[in-house]
Amino acid sequence: MTRWQDAKRGMVASIPMIIGGVPFGLLFGSLAAANGLSLGFAIAMSSIVFAGSAQFVALGLIAADAPLWIIVMTTFVVNLRHILYAADMLRYVKHLPLWLRGVMGFGLTDETYAAVRPMHDMGSVNLDNGHRVYVGSFLAFYLMWNLTTVLGALAGEYIPGISEWGLEFAMVATFIGIVTPYLKSVPYWGAFIVALVASVALRELPNNLGLIVATVLAVLTGFVLDRQKNGGGK
Amino acid sequence: MTTMEAIAIIVGMFAVTFSVRFVLFAGAHKANIPGWLEGALKFVPVSVLTAIIAPMSLTDTQGLALELSNPWFVGALVALLTGLWFKRQLLTICLGVMAFFLVKLIVAL
Repeated sequence: MTRWQDAKRGMVASIPMIIGGVPFGLLFGSLAAANGLSLGFAIAMSSIVFAGSAQFVALGLIAADAPLWIIVMTTFVVNLRHILYAADMLRYVKHLPLWLRGVMGFGLTDETYAAVRPMHDMGSVNLDNGHRVYVGSFLAFYLMWNLTTVLGALAGEYIPGISEWGLEFAMVATFIGIVTPYLKSVPYWGAFIVALVASVALRELPNNLGLIVATVLAVLTGFVLDRQKNGGGK
Repeated sequence: MTTMEAIAIIVGMFAVTFSVRFVLFAGAHKANIPGWLEGALKFVPVSVLTAIIAPMSLTDTQGLALELSNPWFVGALVALLTGLWFKRQLLTICLGVMAFFLVKLIVAL
């Protein structure tokens, strides 16, 4: 397959999540404008920082006149989960040149990780083409995120209530479509159930911390169950 | 906010965001991931994706919302059952989204 065909696969696999992301991008742009921030600032955030939930948190902090170090530290904590994605992706990027790993690091979001990482498990990408599919997914999200930011900042007030339409549910359904093929053995079910219960129980923790703690607990659960299965059974 | 402050915010946020995403990739060529760690990391996709969507699907501003009038809950449940039963991603997404909007529509009536 050519580079372009691989990149296109990444884009196509990302379509449902791109639809789900559109209201967030529009909302970010319009909130930035509503808070009196310039169009240039909103664009700089989306094109240079490129971190959905951290951008929303930063808007709130800027509105509250928080000092710079609070904004930066909060961004760090909100994005901490990405280090887990990077650790999990290591074996699929270690053979690539540094500049390409840099591009992939910049584009490491929830959505691209979700769209591309499981393809390695399902055998639909390999070490030769995985990074092209990944870059395709990243570029598609990057384009959507920046376009919707501009649109939202310019025309936010003309699309009333788009954040209440429920387009974000497309992301939920996609994630479920990604998770269910894994649910074939006890360790994966264990991780799933612990992630579900813990994330709901800890949802009030600030800055996505509940998400991180729930993820770590779920990974540990899967790991321990896996060990027991392989250690005791054979 | 002055222009300098705006630049400082963008640079600072970029620096921490990119560092978190890139620090492990930067040394990936010489990284040797021990087998046990790889055995744990394979649970990251299921764990993190579930942890992102479970609170959205199962709660609202009041708390747990496991009712047939909650489109998020019904849509997620339909998607989950479809995914487990048919193991077809596109079908899972379509039926889940349809269930979501159907409940939303009915509730709005």
